[in-house]
Formats: sequence, structure tokens, C-alpha cells
Amino acid sequence: MATREDDSSSEASRAPGVSRRTFLAGSAAAGVAATGLAGILAAGRAPAFAQGTRLNIVRWVDFIPACDVELKRQAGDASKALGAEVVFEFINANDIQARITAAMQSGSGPDIMHMLHNWPHLYANGLVDVSDLVEWQVKEQGALYGQSEQYTKVGGKFLALPHGIVPGLIAYRKSWFDEVGATTFPKTYDDLRQVGAKLKKKGHPYGQTLGHTFGDAPSWAYPLLWNFGGMETDKNGKTAIDSKGAVEAVKFMNAFWKEACDEGGLAWDDTNNNRAFLGGEISGTLNGASIYIAAKRGQEKIKDDKGEPMVRDIQHARLPAGPGGSTSYHTAFAHGVMKYGKNQKLAKDFLKWLHGKDQYSKWFQVAEGFSVGSTKFWEQHPLWSTIDEPMKGFRTAPDNSRTMGFAGPPNAKATEAYSKYVIVDMFAKGVQGGKPEDAVKWAAEELKKIYG
Amino acid sequence: MKKSMAGGSGSAAGIEVALPHPRTSGPSGFTRFLESERMLAGLLLTPTVVLLGLFIAYPFVIGVWLSLSSVSVGNPGEFVGLHNFIKAWNDSIFRTAFYNTFFYTFWATIFKLALGMWLALLLNRHFRGKRIIRAAMLLPFIVPTVLSTFAWRWMFDPTFSVLNWLLYQTGFITTKLPFLSDGTYGMWCAIVVNTWRGMPFFAISLLAGLQTISPDLQEAASLDGANGWHRFWHVTWPLLKPVTLVVVVFSIIQTFSDFQLIYVLTGGGPANATHLLATYAYQIGVATGLLGEGAAISLFMLPVLFIVVWLQLRYLRRLEGA
Repeated sequence: MATREDDSSSEASRAPGVSRRTFLAGSAAAGVAATGLAGILAAGRAPAFAQGTRLNIVRWVDFIPACDVELKRQAGDASKALGAEVVFEFINANDIQARITAAMQSGSGPDIMHMLHNWPHLYANGLVDVSDLVEWQVKEQGALYGQSEQYTKVGGKFLALPHGIVPGLIAYRKSWFDEVGATTFPKTYDDLRQVGAKLKKKGHPYGQTLGHTFGDAPSWAYPLLWNFGGMETDKNGKTAIDSKGAVEAVKFMNAFWKEACDEGGLAWDDTNNNRAFLGGEISGTLNGASIYIAAKRGQEKIKDDKGEPMVRDIQHARLPAGPGGSTSYHTAFAHGVMKYGKNQKLAKDFLKWLHGKDQYSKWFQVAEGFSVGSTKFWEQHPLWSTIDEPMKGFRTAPDNSRTMGFAGPPNAKATEAYSKYVIVDMFAKGVQGGKPEDAVKWAAEELKKIYG
Repeated sequence: MKKSMAGGSGSAAGIEVALPHPRTSGPSGFTRFLESERMLAGLLLTPTVVLLGLFIAYPFVIGVWLSLSSVSVGNPGEFVGLHNFIKAWNDSIFRTAFYNTFFYTFWATIFKLALGMWLALLLNRHFRGKRIIRAAMLLPFIVPTVLSTFAWRWMFDPTFSVLNWLLYQTGFITTKLPFLSDGTYGMWCAIVVNTWRGMPFFAISLLAGLQTISPDLQEAASLDGANGWHRFWHVTWPLLKPVTLVVVVFSIIQTFSDFQLIYVLTGGGPANATHLLATYAYQIGVATGLLGEGAAISLFMLPVLFIVVWLQLRYLRRLEGA
């Protein structure tokens, strides 16, 4: 399978290579970049500075393994084009922050780092200004989603190049929800609680992590706070969590947890709910599209309780609404060029190549909707017209996303609060038996140490 | 210069041997340097001192400096005195981690000692396959901690735990036990895994100690009518005490500063309930990038370990003196 992909993609890479040249030459002519890859391609050989050098990129291990395979394939093409060895290293997403810290402090390490959420704000001192690349990307692919822009723009400069967003929707088992009378997905949190209670009684609990893990836990916890009217900080960036809305959110979570959830979720990371869902243990969970895609690719093995491919029974829905509305949190991804790197120009050239329409489109198609672009441009990609019906909701999912630190800016303090899992732990403390008011007060104390 | 040396037999009479030159001048500077005990000692100690300085003293000094500064990732920071220590002490998660570290170390050491002693006494007996059993016993200690802890994590998995399945199938439980999703269970699971991993170290060290005890002493006690417990308590234990104390000191140091096991098994969760000082220091210092605060948290281990080691070594010296 991998060989076939490699063959077909290398075949494909030759034909679109022309359009890439055309594009790059065009962008160079437009004055966006007079040098860069266009110059390299025009010269017909790799520049002297790149020959014999190695470009290291650290990224997360993608939930869609084929995406990493595609990137490795593209690395081969990039190596030829740049005359430098381009090497991807894929590590557990929960370990990337430690890797960044170690690299920045030692002044050596990968040339490009995967930036999740609003990490560029926290690592601002170690990142190269890539405003020129963002300007080029925006010209080519349209305006960034607000979330991608706010997360990468620090003090008026872009410190990372937005790569995509992994939207989180609730994957649920349609037939099980139908069985308890929920023929459409619950519109409010209270409805979800009632339906979830019925499902849990039938042995099909809802699955949600409240563990220390990078994606699913904050993607549930932050919107839950917002949708009940709570907020981490006010517009001036001062702690504002000690509020009725936050207490109501924790109260809801406590009841929902006992009545509807698999209580093992306190120890889950981002992979546990995927396994639990595909193992038929849970009826629904907030997740990226990886559950659906894995069920589809493994439909010979992954069956429902009737022996049918489970993929046919999976649907997706947005988070329900609370008294404060219906917002979501989707995980944004970007690439940051590290300041300590000796190949900064090469790194920027590579990113321009990787993020360009031509290369990105190939990767985007392999992701099958799991990862959407950083701009609305990608909502118009032909993929969405051929994709399975349950996947179509991911196309515009980023449009209702808020940012960490809301209602204040998503600055480095917000990253610190995220890295310490304060919001997630507030809910975790509640479901472990703490009084909602005490859990919120604890969170307020922790946030005051960060925000003041 | 070669001289003929007459041997005791005629056949050896023609052998020529080289003799040293007579000293024509005093020893060279280097020879004099080597002949000086102080100089030679200094020379031989230099590599050790350099290595210790490079890999122990330098990181320690840097750690102390970090703990007294506001250094964060990418930010050189400035001297802040004891601010980080005070901040840590006022932090509820730090206090939980501090308590957990004592709790975890205490119970894990007790279990490792008791079970290690029991295992050592069993292995000190003669039985068929003794060598294979002794070698096999070391496996938990040999297998990399991260790998073995991953295996335990799968066994304690909140959804697919084989232990829960086994207990359910055998009728011991009707609902899943929250091995890693409840703070108390999580801590005890960590203690079980630490005990499993550390027990062979105790057993093999104590076994080595047991083998230095003369069987004559046990025989003499038997002839005097001492039963098994009395022989252990009045003969074996007093002779084994010095070895035991050394092993316990090592174990306390390792367990108190344990990181890998908790990091892999629970990540400090749920909701920080199983954080130890080492894992919390890592979360604050490395994951969050607050290097000064992280260093301060980790340095809280130092005085505690220093006192424990000092007390135990003092006790050991008293034992030896007696």
C-alpha cells in the first residue's frame, strides 16, 4: 500500500511540478519573493548554501498515519529541490513542548518546530519572524481564520506559519442515539445530559477525557466554560473565572459525568477515546475526524454490534449550546522556524514550498477532512464535494472557534494556563467530588498567579 | 651494556642479560612528580574530579541559579531570591506533590523491603533451578522502566484493563475498578509498579548479604532450640542490618526522585493527584517553560534527601562502631 502510494505520488509530483514552478515564478514576479524556491528552480540546481545541509522538522505523530507518510514522501521531493536533506521527526504531541524548551535553552535542535494552539506566544523569543511568508500565504490562499491569525501573530509580527486546524466535532453512534429517542443530536447541554444518561444505562456511556492531554481535554473544557457564560479572563486580560457561569459549567459537568460519562475518562489521553469508540465502548465523544477515518479505512475489521462496518453508524455534530451560546475550540497548527537554527533561510524556503497550494493540497487530500486549512480557501477544495456525508461538517467547523484566554487575548499567559491544565483540572476537580464553587475558586487562584 | 652472567649450570653460562644503566644523573622532573604521593594522587583523581564537576557540580550549580532566578524559556530572567521557593510552597499542587512524594517513597520502600527480604530468604535456600530463578527475578529491574511501565499502563487501562476483565470474569468485581482514573487508586497503582520494579534490587542485594552469614551461626541457634523466627530475628537480621540500611538509602533516593514511572503511568493525573516533585517540576519547568520555578520545585528534594541519607549513614556508623 505504502509502495503504491509512493509510486503514484512520485508520478503525480512530476506533473504538478510544472504548475509549482509556474506558481513560484509568478509569486516571485509579484515581488513576494524574488529569491527562494523560484530562484532555485530557475537556476536548475540547489544553491550552494543548501548543499550538504540537513533540515530537521519536528511534528506531532498525526492521528491519520497516512499524513505522516505523505510528508515523508514530500520530504524526498523537497530534498531534491532544495539540495538539502529534509528530515521529519514525528513525536508524541504531549512531548513537543518539552522538546521546544530543551532546544531553545540549549540553542540547538530542530530547525522547524510544530506549534500547536497559541504556543508561538510562549516561545516568541525563540522564533523567527515569518511575516513575509504569512503575507505570501494570505495572497495565495486568502485571509487566515481568526484563530490561526491570533495564535501566530505576536506583537504585530507573525512568528509561525499557520498550517491547518484540526476541528473537533462530537462523533456519535447514530443507531444508539436513535434507540433512546434522540433521532437528531441534542441541541443543548441539558439535552445531551438526559440522552447520555439513557445511553449509559444501556451500557453505552459518553466518553470524554479530563486528563492532562493536549487536544481533546481543552477542546471540551474551554467551550464548556464559555457556553455556560464563564470566561478565563476579562477583555483586559485579568482573571475573571470566579463567576456564576463557571460554577454552572462545573455543576453541569459533575452531573453529566456521573449520569452519562465513562468515568475512566479522567485518565484518558487523546488516543483513549478513539480506541474506546472504535471498540464499541462509548456512544459519543468530542474528537477530530480520526475516528471516522480509522473506521472507514479499517471497515473490514471495525464492526458494530450487528456485525456491520461501524463507519456506517457514525455521525458528527457540533457541541451543543449552553446558556452562553454555542462556541467551540479547535486545535490550530503552525510551523515555527527556530531562531537558533543555522538554516533559517532554507527553513523558510522549505515552508513556502510545503505550505504552497500544490504540496499542501496533496497532504490535505490524504487528511480526508481531519485537518482543514488555515484559510477559507480550503473550504472550496474539491475534496468536500466527494467526501462522505458525515464528514461534511468539518468543512466549516472552525468558524465558531474562540481562543484560549478568552475574553482576553491569547497571549503567553494563556499558553501558561493551558500548559498547566488549569481549566481542565477545574472540571476534573469537580467530577472527583469537589464542590463546584471550590473548584472554580481553586482555578481562580491558579489563574491569578498567571494573569494577576 | 651487556654482561655475561654465570649460571649454576654450565649450559647457562653463556646467557647474556641486560642490566640497567647506572644512574649518571638525578631522576627526571616527571619521575619526581610521580614519586610524590600527593602529586600522583592529584593526577589520578583529576579525571574523576573533572567528570564530577562537569556532570554533577555544574548542573547542580546551574540548577541552584535557575531556582533563584526568573528564567523562563527563551528569557534570561533575573535574580529573584527565594521568590520561586515561596511561590511553590504556596501552590496547592506543589503541596500535593510534596505529600505524594513522601507517601509514595514510604510505602514503596516498605513493600520493596518486605517483599525483597522474603524473596532473598527464599532464594537463599537450595532448590532445583535456583540459578534460573535468581536470574529471572532480575527481569523487572533489567527491562527499561518506560517499557515496563507502558505494559502496566495497558493493564490498568481505564477501558480495556485486563485486570478489570480478569476480576470481573472471576466474579470479584461487578463494575470496573478506576485504577488510573481515581487519585487514590492511581497512587497505589504507582506504588505497586514501583515495588514490582524495585523489589529485585532489594532481593539480590539482601541475598548477597545473606550469603556472607555463616551457616554455622544458624546451626548453633537451631541446636539451642531457636525456631525459624528467632533465628531470623536474633541471628540473620542483626548481621544483615548494615546491608539493609545501605539498600534502603539507595532505594529512598531513587524512589523520592522517581520520574519515569509516574510520567508514563499517570502523567501526574488525574487532576494532579499523583504528581511527585520530579514530575511536577518537569511540568512547570520543561512543559510550561518556567525554568526557574521548575528548578525550585526540584530543589525541594535536596534537603529532604540530605537529612534522610545523613541520619541513615549516622545510624550505620553507630552500628559498625558497636
